[in-house]
Amino acid sequence: MPRKPCPLREAIAAAGASAGRLYGVRGTTDLAGLAHGSSLGDQLEELRGRSVLIAVKDPSPAALALLELDGVAARLVLCPADLPPEHLPAVARAAGCDAAVVDSAAAVAGVAGIDCCVTVGPELLPAAVRRIGSHDTEWILLTSGTTGVPRLVRHDLATLTHALADARRGTAPIVWGTFYDIRRYGGLQILLRALLGGSLVPAAPGESVPEFLERARAARVTHVSGTPSHWRKVLMSGAAAAIAPHYVRLSGEIADQAVLDAVRATYPGAIVVHAFASTEAGVGFEVRDGRAGFPASLLDAPGAEVRLTVREGTLRIHSRGNAHGYLGEDVVAFPRGPDGAIDTGDLIEQRSGRCYFLGRRGGVINVGGLKVYPEEIEAVINAHPWVRMSLVRSRRSPITGAVVIADVVLADGKPGRARPSPEELTHQLLQGCRQSLAAYKVPATIRVVPGLEVSASGKLLRPNA
Amino acid sequence: MLVRSTIQSLFEQVAAEQERKLATLSDDTRLIDCGLDSLSFAIIVARLEDHLGVDPFSSAETTDFPVTYGDFVRLYEGIAA
Repeated sequence: MPRKPCPLREAIAAAGASAGRLYGVRGTTDLAGLAHGSSLGDQLEELRGRSVLIAVKDPSPAALALLELDGVAARLVLCPADLPPEHLPAVARAAGCDAAVVDSAAAVAGVAGIDCCVTVGPELLPAAVRRIGSHDTEWILLTSGTTGVPRLVRHDLATLTHALADARRGTAPIVWGTFYDIRRYGGLQILLRALLGGSLVPAAPGESVPEFLERARAARVTHVSGTPSHWRKVLMSGAAAAIAPHYVRLSGEIADQAVLDAVRATYPGAIVVHAFASTEAGVGFEVRDGRAGFPASLLDAPGAEVRLTVREGTLRIHSRGNAHGYLGEDVVAFPRGPDGAIDTGDLIEQRSGRCYFLGRRGGVINVGGLKVYPEEIEAVINAHPWVRMSLVRSRRSPITGAVVIADVVLADGKPGRARPSPEELTHQLLQGCRQSLAAYKVPATIRVVPGLEVSASGKLLRPNA
Repeated sequence: MLVRSTIQSLFEQVAAEQERKLATLSDDTRLIDCGLDSLSFAIIVARLEDHLGVDPFSSAETTDFPVTYGDFVRLYEGIAA
């Protein structure tokens, strides 16, 4: 077996006693303990060379498992805490998983193909484990797909750390806090950035904003990251003053001027940065001038590490942080163009030397960081006997970035059947949506309209399409 | 008064739809304690925009996000007045 490095664990081990801490809801883990301890113990060897499903709800033990398994497992498949359990079998099958790391064995009960299941906790227990790398571990991240089944995006440690060259240990200790799930691309960036240069307080599933801010305060966070929606929650929580970060980072959604100004007013001493990244394209840019959008001078900049272009209206990114592709049946859907750049699908408008985000091509709606495909909701609405057609679209929301709204065209009257009033109909439609869709996909408002525009080819004309 | 009663009934309606238990609302009830989540607030703000024709959050003067129910009502009364 060729001996390979375990770059992630070795980078942390190199810090020795000054390695950072992982602040979990069930206790704090000192990463210097990785020198003599393990969260996996004897079972680490059983996971060597396997395709391992990381299905741990609690972010801290999940993070420890990732640190220990990079270079050991052939493939790590990162399941976010909110992954619906019914999607697990398909994910495990597509990624050829034959092992799992869980915090409850029930998590993978009934998932075919898994013959080794390791239960982990947040502690590093003394263990004599072989710290030998043997594999170039492939990291698989999940992102939402058109039908609700997640897509599997292939990365490795090199693509994931491409944007982190500056994440090195400085003189002052850095303590990151993040609202993100560290199993998703944005959160994983913060996990790696934090642990390569300091400590991390990851938000836990189900934790309220004041509870998280209190843990962040106790750990003396210096840097905090979240989506604009997370930050709006902080601003409305009445607990924003619990923390006094030096650095605030917003990404994952469009950061509008209102949220940037409000964050700046709440933390006057902080650097407020907004960044763009996607699971497929990696990190695009970060902006520190406090203004919405980004400077047009970043486009087509000669010699840039990350090449940004706008083609056919959407932002394209070409860098060594790009993912390698999709896994499984979606492999052909990977949005890489002939020039090698990844199409982010985000529509850009240029005004006076600045680029602004208009929304998603194809009408994908981002509700508080969760992708919504209009067609899925239209299908539910169109199933109602009195609906002829419907159009689901996005409306800007100061709370969640966007909400879903629906315009509905009624079917012609049928003899012998009483047509419901618009109020009755919208009530019935909302009820139907609530029964079959996740709450964030249910339209905030439904309007009955006389007609909808249809293109010459018979397709609904979508705004921004 | 119309603005206040519209807001009150929307809080009740959305709480019922989202199957959440709404706290008794008074001006000093903190929004975070009233039993609604962000999605519920996003729905309330969207429907208020339909009812009142305004979204005070996107007006240039608003940099203070409301913390209490009273702040929230005043935000809309200030615009609708």
